[in-house]
Amino acid sequence: MAGTYRIGNAGRLTPARTARFTFDGKHYTGLEGDTLASALLANGIHLVGRSFKYHRPRGILSAGAEEPNALVSVERDAARRTPNVRATVQELYDGLAANSQNRWPSLAFDVGAVNDLASPFFSAGFYYKTFMWPKSAWKSFYEPNIRSAAGLGVSPDQPDPDHYSSRFAHCDVLVVGGGAAGLTAAVAAAQAGASVILCDEQAEFGGALHFEKGAQIDGQDGWSWAQATAAKLAAMPNVRLLPRTTAFGYYAQNFVALTERATDHLASPDRTAPRERLWQVRAKRVVIATGAIERHMVFADNDRPGIMLASAARTYLNHYGVAVGRNVAVYTANDSAYFAAIDLKKAGVNVAAIIDVRDAPSGAAVDEARSLGIEILPGRAVVKANGKLRVSSVMVEPKTGGASRTIECDALLVSAGWTPSVHLFSQSRGKVAFDADTQRFLPGTYAQDCVSVGACAGTDGLEATIAEAIQAGSDAAGKPGKTLKITIKAQEGWTGGMLGAAPGPGTTVKAFIDFQNDVTAKDIRQAVHEGMRSIEHVKRFTTNGMATDQGKTSNMHGLAIAAETLSKPIPQVGLTTFRAPYTPVTFGAIVNHARGNLFDPTRKTPIHPWAEAHGAVFEDVGQWKRAWYFPEAGEDMHKAVDRECVTVRKAAGMFDASTLGKIEVVGPDAAKFMELLYTNPWEKLEPGRCRYGIMLREDGFIYDDGVVGRLAPDRFHVTTTTGGAPRVMNHMEDYLQTEFPHLNVWLTSITEQWAVIAVQGPNSRDIIAPLLEGIDLSDEGMPHMSVREGKICGVPTRLFRMSFTGDRGFEVNVPADYGQSVWEALWAEGRKYGACAYGTEAMHVLRAEKGYIIVGQDTDGTVTCNDAGLDWAIGKKKTDFVGIRGMKRPDLVAPGRKQLVGLLTKDPKIVLEEGAQIVADANQPVPMKMIGHVTSSYWSENCGRSIALALVAGGRDRMGQTLFVPMPKGVIEVEIGSTVFFDEKGERLNG
Amino acid sequence: MRKYSAFAIAREAMRGHKGWEQQWRSPEPKASYDVIIVGAGGHGLATAYYLAKEHGITNVAVLDKGWLGGGNTGRNTTIIRSNYLYDESAGIYDHALKLWDGLSQDLNYNVMYSPRGVMMLAHNVHDVQVLKRHVHANRLNGIDNEWLTPEEAKEFCPPLNISRNARYPVVGATLQRRGGTARHDAVAWGYARGADARGVDIIQNCEVTGIRRSPEGHVLGVETSRGFIGAKKVGVVAAGHTSVLMEMAGVRMPLESYPLQALVSEPIKPIFPCVVMSNTVHAYISQSDKGELVIGAGTDQYTSYSQTGGLHIINHTLDAICEMFPIFTRMKMLRSWGGIVDVTPDRSPILAKTPVKGLYVNCGWGTGGFKATPGSGNVFAHTIARDEPHPINAPFTLERFRTGRLIDEAAAAAVAH
Ligand SMILES: Cc1cc2nc3c(=O)[nH]c(=O)nc-3n(C[C@H](O)[C@H](O)[C@H](O)COP(=O)(O)OP(=O)(O)OC[C@H]3O[C@@H](n4cnc5c(N)ncnc54)[C@H](O)[C@@H]3O)c2cc1C
Repeated sequence: MAGTYRIGNAGRLTPARTARFTFDGKHYTGLEGDTLASALLANGIHLVGRSFKYHRPRGILSAGAEEPNALVSVERDAARRTPNVRATVQELYDGLAANSQNRWPSLAFDVGAVNDLASPFFSAGFYYKTFMWPKSAWKSFYEPNIRSAAGLGVSPDQPDPDHYSSRFAHCDVLVVGGGAAGLTAAVAAAQAGASVILCDEQAEFGGALHFEKGAQIDGQDGWSWAQATAAKLAAMPNVRLLPRTTAFGYYAQNFVALTERATDHLASPDRTAPRERLWQVRAKRVVIATGAIERHMVFADNDRPGIMLASAARTYLNHYGVAVGRNVAVYTANDSAYFAAIDLKKAGVNVAAIIDVRDAPSGAAVDEARSLGIEILPGRAVVKANGKLRVSSVMVEPKTGGASRTIECDALLVSAGWTPSVHLFSQSRGKVAFDADTQRFLPGTYAQDCVSVGACAGTDGLEATIAEAIQAGSDAAGKPGKTLKITIKAQEGWTGGMLGAAPGPGTTVKAFIDFQNDVTAKDIRQAVHEGMRSIEHVKRFTTNGMATDQGKTSNMHGLAIAAETLSKPIPQVGLTTFRAPYTPVTFGAIVNHARGNLFDPTRKTPIHPWAEAHGAVFEDVGQWKRAWYFPEAGEDMHKAVDRECVTVRKAAGMFDASTLGKIEVVGPDAAKFMELLYTNPWEKLEPGRCRYGIMLREDGFIYDDGVVGRLAPDRFHVTTTTGGAPRVMNHMEDYLQTEFPHLNVWLTSITEQWAVIAVQGPNSRDIIAPLLEGIDLSDEGMPHMSVREGKICGVPTRLFRMSFTGDRGFEVNVPADYGQSVWEALWAEGRKYGACAYGTEAMHVLRAEKGYIIVGQDTDGTVTCNDAGLDWAIGKKKTDFVGIRGMKRPDLVAPGRKQLVGLLTKDPKIVLEEGAQIVADANQPVPMKMIGHVTSSYWSENCGRSIALALVAGGRDRMGQTLFVPMPKGVIEVEIGSTVFFDEKGERLNG
Repeated sequence: MRKYSAFAIAREAMRGHKGWEQQWRSPEPKASYDVIIVGAGGHGLATAYYLAKEHGITNVAVLDKGWLGGGNTGRNTTIIRSNYLYDESAGIYDHALKLWDGLSQDLNYNVMYSPRGVMMLAHNVHDVQVLKRHVHANRLNGIDNEWLTPEEAKEFCPPLNISRNARYPVVGATLQRRGGTARHDAVAWGYARGADARGVDIIQNCEVTGIRRSPEGHVLGVETSRGFIGAKKVGVVAAGHTSVLMEMAGVRMPLESYPLQALVSEPIKPIFPCVVMSNTVHAYISQSDKGELVIGAGTDQYTSYSQTGGLHIINHTLDAICEMFPIFTRMKMLRSWGGIVDVTPDRSPILAKTPVKGLYVNCGWGTGGFKATPGSGNVFAHTIARDEPHPINAPFTLERFRTGRLIDEAAAAAVAH
């Protein structure tokens, strides 16, 4: 027998299949099919954890996802530690190693338990009232101590070697929950031809039929029916069954997120298989069949290990074949707990007594219990549980007071009734309504296309549940299927229940509501007493319902006690909001494939492999990898960039400009559209000519820039900055669709379609000429700022004559697939003329030598055309374009604005730091008046000194002035000058 | 107001905590007040507190349609810092930061301001330029902000992945050591208790549905779900709902409202010592005193008043968190939520008089106003009491969007939170 509490003949596990496991380093044996909790219980272990605040010893409360106490750390290996795993959910596998948490030095002897003794001091919200003196002690003393006492498990400290996967799915009907209701609804929908996904968080379908032994469906016991039904569904091609899958979030438009635990239950998972899988399901209709969760009874010391939900004890017995004790007592306000007593008694376990707070419980279950000889104590309350690491007895008193009696027991099964699981319904933004008769919140107004069936809808009894589920399933399918008939022979009656504290001395004792967070009934009362009248305040002040179980067993009790203390009806106090996730979801499952290189796509140009082969160092620019510089043997970045800059101006250089954004603007109204989107005039630009264009935002500030070529009267080839490509495209589409829908224009992103090879420098023409066909390269045939279509190396090209260096230059656009071969052909030519390959850094230096701006570096979204010295790019006669009104606002034309200027350090060797601030008076005290900042700054080998661009208040009126850049190590003197540092006359463009 | 102290707790411990006073009353609204503040978030409550404390104006009501502190104040990730770029922003955020230091003592309420350091990561050359610009400007403004190498960043925050092979490797970081976090509820409650004790009526579950004006246009009071309440002055401090309220007085606001989401993990033992933010990979993270990893996401793309954002936003955020901190992949998300943030075109707030006499507005804090709570309340109280702005908030006018005198922290590519 795997465990001495295992009962022969009981349960559904195969006794022969044992699995060994360790808990806190000790070895035990369980059965395959056990959960860690059932295996521990089979070995007589109830003490499994310590609570958050008081470090009270805690046992296993439940047999499911609602578990607040039995959280352990599961460690497959050093890198696969998972904290806060619910032992009631974790399936046992051979070799499983688990450890208890939040205790030191050991689970049975935990020093932190002094908190329990000092608990009168640690009342609700006590930390808001103290730890304030002396002021500095919060950071240095109190907080570090509080932090180390808080927290439950220990975080992994190594990167996770497991992987996770993701699926998207559509279906007609998503059924959440595979108990009697969900299974039935799924069959009904599937038989009517609907595509169905059925998920359940447990390993096997059946829901409450795991323990509900009295059910008889279609001539079988409930469990066998559930398994047969699941098998039937599995065989249907239009059904997908997802066990071990939790629907954790219900989002807009019937979008439901599920996580499937794929391998955590396996002894040696295939390492190529994902640990978990995220399902993102869009369903026409969602059937919510999530059942109900049993509540515990609230009385003094109700947290002793061995005190457990009655339905959980039944699950352990009927499904796992484990008796949770040898001498068990029951404390209930509800009929369903009687069945636990009955099942245990029939299995040979002694039932000490059933204590029922109700005065006259009656009905079949009560009768049966009585007939089995179980002592029933109606109208009585358990006023205290004794025992420290395990319950040893309970004190029972008449509700109205009187002589107390002690009943020995080694387990106490409790039930205060059932809370419908309206979590997902509520997440869907449906409104719950309070049913005063049964004291529970039920689905009220629906907000999305979904329906709740069974216990989560407050439907009592199997017969009614099945009928409702058949209806919901065929409704969801949209057409009636084969009429489904399911006959119920036997069902259990589950009436009764109570909310809030059970009768007994309530004011001084610790009667727990939220076990994990150690919230007691008196904490709730204190919160109300201190003025917390909204349930949200009560929750936050006491932390009730904020633990890892998110209040699944505690919220209703807390609400009822608050309502009672306020003398208000429950619905007036309100319900806290249900939020995703339903149960905690592994980050990895949500992240799934998006790790490492898949975190964000890496974009590489067609010429990337060449650059790589030629030793380029790359930089990240948005998603792109761009060649930064091409160091030769022995060169550092500085030397390489100097050489590249000099070579370009002396001979020529080749630069991969493929990342530039490119948009084709086409249509009869293309020029009109361009007029509206850019500051420049376009109507008169002749086909074959280019123009440097500036785009503003509505507010009049520079948004993007780029050279635009007119290929034909109705066709523009627009370039944008590398980083700006997507937003410029969106911006254009936005305006086209919303403001200018009357314009007949199409926009196409062609960034990826064209590779762009910039050939710049005095020899550039000679380099490309031999490879070209059909284009006249003379200065007359193709002047600066023109564009031609023709062929290069036999493939089509759009050849731009333009320059971002100030030297004669071309940009060769070729279809991306030919990018590398054309580059190689040009490279071969270039070598003959002493050309080098240069990267983005040299490109930056070269353009700065000429004072060409980079939008986003020399401008920052607060810069106007005038500020940047680009007024000439505004069409003087234009009456309309995006930003024209914005740029005329008083402050955008006011004197004293920051303007782009050149800066020369007095010491030519000093290179300023980009972002450094500029002041007029270096001797003023802090805070200093800053009048500008350095936007671009480089060593210019071509100028033989450092150069910089800056935005300076009233900058153009300060030509020749000396200003200061105060740095931590001293003040740097600078002089304001022109933004053009090289070839001021621009003669080299045709040089 | 009975003082809180360790001694008071010990005294109450002896008698079952029965002697605590209500932290604030729940009064019925009076017929009229000198000042009505609409919105009992941190900013509204702080305004009321300073009106009473510093300007002696106590005939004040703070109205909220829900429970106090239930808006963005109770939903935010509590990052506090003042290392903003522009002088105007540095002025107001640092005014707040100075008040944070000492706020617990001032309010006699432990708001748990924890200057554990806020680190902002640079992942590329552009980030370096932008963040260094901040460091330099902050230094000359007298605001602490240091530049760290990747190794120094890792030393300050050991879980950080500084591998050169990361998709976006960390190439440097800034650190503001006075930055950190505070306990959001405590801020709302501390101000509420302090204001209440000075006579301010905090009226919850009282939705403002209209703003009544005299024929000359002067404010007369507000229509509410609990009837008309008169007021000489009305301050609107309603975050994501400000434009709806201002519309009631005929003032069109330059605001867009977006859902902004955040999430927490299950609680774990201390592992994360500071706050880390990255604009490039879009995520920020800290660990609460309770042990939860507190993680902030970006706004949804579309304007909306729905406090549930899309899963894809959370998805993107966790991608980024696990990329920067690969040890957290096995951690579990415990709860996620959203709030409605009010975003101005320049991402800076509006704290100002309005074209309507007697109507004042404090809004536009967007994704990052928690940190400003004490400073904002402090200068807004001044603005209402004196009918003129305090020098610190004088630049944060409504007119600036007409004139173009923007304080564009977004354009300066600062992270917003
Ligand atoms: C997810 C998230 C994370 C954030 N993270 C940070 C961060 O890390 N750091 C940071 O500094 N900031 C952060 N913020 C921003 C910060 O929360 C807000 O800027 C700040 O809390 C706003 O405070 P408030 O008092 O102005 O607004 P709120 O707290 O939202 O208060 C406004 C109040 O107005 C009430 N109201 C609205 N309409 C009416 C009406 N008609 N009648 C009566 N009452 C009305 C609302 O109920 C609400 O209580 C975050 C925000 C969110 C949503």
